[in-house]
Amino acid sequence: MNKLKQTKNIIIAKPQKLDCGKEISNFPISYETYGTLNEKKDNAILVFHALTGDQFASGKNPITNKDGWWSYALGPGKAIDTEKFFVICANVIGGCMGSYGPSTIDEETGKPIGTNFPVITINDMVNAQYNLLEHFEIDKLYAVIGGSMGGMQVLQFVSNFPDKAHIAIPIACTSSHSAQNIAFNELGRQAILADTNWRNGFYEENKISPDKGLAVARMAAHITYLSKKGLQEKFGRKLQERDDLKFSFDADFQIESYLRYQGSVFVDRFDANSYLYITRAMDYFDLSKQFNGSLSAAFSKTTSKFFVISFTSDWLYPTAENREIVIALNAIGADVGFVEIESDKGHDSFLLDVPDFLDTLGNYLKTNYKTVNEKRI
Amino acid sequence: MKKEFKVISELILQNSKVLDVGCGDGELMKFLRDNKTTKIRGLEISKNRVQNCLSKGLTVIEGNAENDLQQFPNNSFDFVILSQTLQAFLDPEKVISELLRVGKKAIVTIPNFGYWKVRLNLLIKGTMPVTENLPNEWYNTPNLHMCTLRDFFNFCSKREIKIFKSLALKNDKTLNLSAKNLAWRNLESQLGIFLIEK
Repeated sequence: MNKLKQTKNIIIAKPQKLDCGKEISNFPISYETYGTLNEKKDNAILVFHALTGDQFASGKNPITNKDGWWSYALGPGKAIDTEKFFVICANVIGGCMGSYGPSTIDEETGKPIGTNFPVITINDMVNAQYNLLEHFEIDKLYAVIGGSMGGMQVLQFVSNFPDKAHIAIPIACTSSHSAQNIAFNELGRQAILADTNWRNGFYEENKISPDKGLAVARMAAHITYLSKKGLQEKFGRKLQERDDLKFSFDADFQIESYLRYQGSVFVDRFDANSYLYITRAMDYFDLSKQFNGSLSAAFSKTTSKFFVISFTSDWLYPTAENREIVIALNAIGADVGFVEIESDKGHDSFLLDVPDFLDTLGNYLKTNYKTVNEKRI
Repeated sequence: MKKEFKVISELILQNSKVLDVGCGDGELMKFLRDNKTTKIRGLEISKNRVQNCLSKGLTVIEGNAENDLQQFPNNSFDFVILSQTLQAFLDPEKVISELLRVGKKAIVTIPNFGYWKVRLNLLIKGTMPVTENLPNEWYNTPNLHMCTLRDFFNFCSKREIKIFKSLALKNDKTLNLSAKNLAWRNLESQLGIFLIEK
């Protein structure tokens, strides 16, 4: 992955204690920025990516040559308007786009770290990214925003750093991974582990990779990102370039062909070990457990204004779970707004062109930016 | 702005914590935020209206009073407002008790079914009343539990709810309302505004 050398990096020199007990230091964080940091440094937004995202939230992703994962929401004139705001997005640790992860080369052995990489948590990811505030000398972010695993990072961020963001927008997420969430992630991990190419995680040194396992993991996960209605409308029982069933195990149906395609393009841009580590971090996420079972206690010191967003057809992180965050915040009198956006696009709604979502998010960020600044003057 | 909202805002103390239940497009919230207090929250059932409010920078939660007030702790607001929606709930009694649990005081406004035009409608025409304030037919009205100003007075005394202040609106004119002038006010006014406390 020579192209990774083109990504922007900072090396975090100071040691960071991980939840697993290990300590890391001198590790890289890859990031990308959009827009310009103003003189007062009050227009910065930290965006957190989801499971398979990366730092390339907008514009062209130089590694995949495709649009950034949040191109609908983020860019000049978009909801997260980069003509107005300075947006930072970093690859999480454990990831495979340049930040410290299982594919990072161990300097001592000259080989990828593989499964010698420590098991990390959402908390570890957030603490690592906090270094970016120091790097850019930003005292307080205007906003922290993220969907899915990005939303979990938003919640962890405001809990860890209660006075470092004016606005917190967790989208389509949960404060605690459910048994169903863990089950789907385990399915994906088992698909990778079952691939003989995985070799206990030391595949890169053998110049092979568990592509089949990773592709199956992606296929299974992809189903959870869509809604039944969305799938039915897009694919139904339509056949793939054929007039009738072939009585074989080829991709007869369009949906099969679609999933196979999703799996095959995914393996070109994602590392199987990263998939294991990041899904593990999501499964370990249980914010209330960090505060003796009280989610409200996680936010007791917060000064942030919250905007929680869920989607009607999201069954992976359903409205009820997003509402639990709202309820916990209301219990302590925090400033929290909440809306469930109508959409057939399932969990992926936050990544797609859903005008109600994009308009509300955009207006919310614009109006509150004014209010926050007025208060300061 | 609606006269009703002006009267409500006059009842609210500067810098108090306010919850507007059924805040609609946030017209009252915005007025209160600009003139009375920044500590104002809203609860609204319609997604579009919630989106409108959030777009204006107002802190609003999607939800309804029957299910979603329970998430607020006791006495978490100084004032809880319920404007002209009490009659639309399945269980108005429960809603009132929730308002008075969440708020130290509640401001409840009621379209008056005792208004003379309403009474006349039923008496003369023999049909369910349709007026400017109550424009729906019986088969499509959201109003399940209409009451008169006297009914609300009786309800409060039965439930030992203190009426701190009560006002009536007659064609946008504010009138004082009390047990003494109730018979007449119950006939001439379209709306009752009650500041209540447990």
